[in-house]
Amino acid sequence: MSNLKELTKGLLKENPIFVQFLGMCATLAVSTSVINGIGMGLSTMVVLVASNIIISLIRNFIPNKVRIAAYIIVIAGCVSAVEMALKAFVPEVSKSLGIFIPLIVVNCIILGRAEAFASKNGVVKSALDGIGMGLGFTLALCILGTIREILGNGTFLGIQLFGEGFAPATIMILPPGAFIVLGCVLAIINLITAKKERSDK
Amino acid sequence: MKLLAELVLLSLTTILANNYVLVKFLGICPFLGVSKKVGTAVGMSVAVTFVMTVASVVTYFVQMLLVHFNIEYMQTVAFILVIAVLVQVVEMAIQKFSPALYGALGIYLPLITTNCAVLGVALLNVQESFDFVHTLVYSFSAGLSFMLAIVLFAGVRERLETADVPKALQGFPIALVTAGLLALAFLGFSGMKF
Repeated sequence: MSNLKELTKGLLKENPIFVQFLGMCATLAVSTSVINGIGMGLSTMVVLVASNIIISLIRNFIPNKVRIAAYIIVIAGCVSAVEMALKAFVPEVSKSLGIFIPLIVVNCIILGRAEAFASKNGVVKSALDGIGMGLGFTLALCILGTIREILGNGTFLGIQLFGEGFAPATIMILPPGAFIVLGCVLAIINLITAKKERSDK
Repeated sequence: MKLLAELVLLSLTTILANNYVLVKFLGICPFLGVSKKVGTAVGMSVAVTFVMTVASVVTYFVQMLLVHFNIEYMQTVAFILVIAVLVQVVEMAIQKFSPALYGALGIYLPLITTNCAVLGVALLNVQESFDFVHTLVYSFSAGLSFMLAIVLFAGVRERLETADVPKALQGFPIALVTAGLLALAFLGFSGMKF
């Protein structure tokens, strides 16, 4: 039961983007389309799960003083592996995500989970936590990607949604759109939680 | 003369048209995190600019070593190590030689390790295969572009404190929308042809 909770908490209750505001750089930069969001989300998830497992395995051997440095090395190793795998198997995704793949190393979600969770919990729990957080990150990226792709390009997963006459608001897939869409989504989430709290009372 | 003109162009493009924060989305965490007051924003961006420039110079030589030994796949690991060590050294140096500056920057220094703009600049330098002079100018300009964005944003946010914002938008959401409008302004520069 508690293992299931570790898995699901990352999806909504502790969603890394919408609730914890972690990993903003990658979020804003790659949410231009749904497919980019999925690519980035899954790559981050693989790194997150791998680094969580490794760190929870070696957590008792790392001296407390150099733990952050040790975590970063583990994470950087995982990221390099993912980077090479992407380049080999899905070169298009690797190209469109570009520099943000190596930058997963400095994504605060991963270091944050390593420090806050994997360094204190067992392997199974840490792995589940990684999967949950990774899925939550992917979900958030997909939501943002969907909104921006539909408004900014008139497509969903590359399929044309509207007729010929549709003039997309290109601004949405440009940098300003990223900030504005995320701001609005957060405001909507605030509205929903406020309403829920009121009805709970 | 021609080189000088080219460097000025590179610098202007990096600061305005390709602003690191608002157009390239690098260094968003400190941009949103430490932009509540203009003073701290200035302190943070000075520290970032310094680390960025030094890190780029060091990683330039590290990359040469990596290429020499044919182990380019170690790039990410090597670069992040260099940056982490560098931040630590800079922190100790400032603490020793200028305690006043250390007092002002203290808490921001360790944060720079996980600032993706620093690693981003180091990686982009390699990707664009800049020579040494270009690397130096490019990374310094990147730091300046970070400074410009975060100081402007902090100025807006200070005024936002007293504004009457709808409840759902208060705090983080309105900051993001503000950043969006700022990014919109910077988008105007991309139309400029130098």
